[in-house]
Amino acid sequence: MRARVFVTLKPSVFDPQGRTIAEALHSLGYQNVDDVRQGKYFELDLATTEASQARALAAEVADKLLANPVIESYRIEVES
Amino acid sequence: MKFAVITFPGSNCDQDAYHAAKDVLGQQAEYIWHKDTDLKGADVVILPGGFAHGDYLRCGAMARFSPVMQSVQAFAAKGGPVLGICNGFQVLLEAGLLPGAMLRNRSLKFQCEHVDVRVEQTDTPFTGACRVGQVLRIPIAHGEGNYFAEPAVIARLEANRQVVFRYSTPDGRVTDASNVNGSAANIAGLCSERRNVVGLMPHPERACESILGSADGLVLFESVLQWVRSAESLALQPARSASV
Repeated sequence: MRARVFVTLKPSVFDPQGRTIAEALHSLGYQNVDDVRQGKYFELDLATTEASQARALAAEVADKLLANPVIESYRIEVES
Repeated sequence: MKFAVITFPGSNCDQDAYHAAKDVLGQQAEYIWHKDTDLKGADVVILPGGFAHGDYLRCGAMARFSPVMQSVQAFAAKGGPVLGICNGFQVLLEAGLLPGAMLRNRSLKFQCEHVDVRVEQTDTPFTGACRVGQVLRIPIAHGEGNYFAEPAVIARLEANRQVVFRYSTPDGRVTDASNVNGSAANIAGLCSERRNVVGLMPHPERACESILGSADGLVLFESVLQWVRSAESLALQPARSASV
C-alpha cells in the first residue's frame, strides 16, 4: 500500500522560498495567487494492506525522520 | 589534551578543525570516522562543517543516525565539551543536543563572508577566555543558518543565558542590519542547558591565523584548552587531599 506524506513549514514559520516564488508568480501576472508555501513530498511503499496501519506507520516515520517538528508539519494521504 | 574531529561523509571542514587544534594550538588531534564509536580518549569533540550525508532531507538530519553520534551523545551527557561548527551545529540541532532548527537564509543565498559576532556568555568551555561583549570577526559559509525556535523556546534560552554568540556590528551593537541570515534574536551560537555543548554557524577554525584574514577564532580553542586543564586540576584535588 502506498502512503503519501506532504511536509511543509508550519504556518508560524516564515517560508522565504515560498514568498520568493509567490513574488515571481506576481511578476508573471498571476496577481490572483495570494501565497505559496514550498514543501517536500514523499511516497512510501508499505508492506501492509490495511489503510489504518499504513496511516499509522507513515505518521510514525514522519514524526521520527521525514519532518522536523520544530519547523515543519505534515499531512498524510493513503492510497485505497 | 586531545581533540576528536568527527568526519562524516560530506564533511569538508574537518581538516581545518584538525589543523587549528594540532598545528595552531599544538595539541593532539584525531579524526574519528562516523562509523566508529570509540572517541579514542578525547577531551573535546568537534563536529565540523560541511555537508554531512549530502545534507539529504534536511541539513544534519541523517548524521544523527551515524554510529559515532551515540558516543557523542554519551560524551555530552557526561559533561564533555562538544563544539558543533556550521553543519556540526545543524547536526547538534537535529540530534536534539541543542534546541531549535535552521531555515534557509533570509537572503535565500549561500553566504560566504567574514561577519562580526558578539560573545554573550563566557561560562562555557569554548568562551572562557573571552570577555562578555567581545566582538569576533570570523567567517560564515552557509545557506541554511537562519536560526528558528518558537518564541517560548527563545525566551527560555534567554532566561537560561544559553545564547552564546549574536551577529552584531563591529562595535558590538545587535541590529537587524547586522543579522546576516535573519536568525531569531540574531542568534549565531548557543549552548546546552548544562553549557558543555556549544554550536555556532560561523567558522572559528577558519580564523585562527592572521594569514587567513583573522585570528579571532583561536580564542574558542584556547578557551577549551584552559577549561580542560582546569577541569583536570580540579579532578586531581580530591586525590591530593585524600593523600594528606
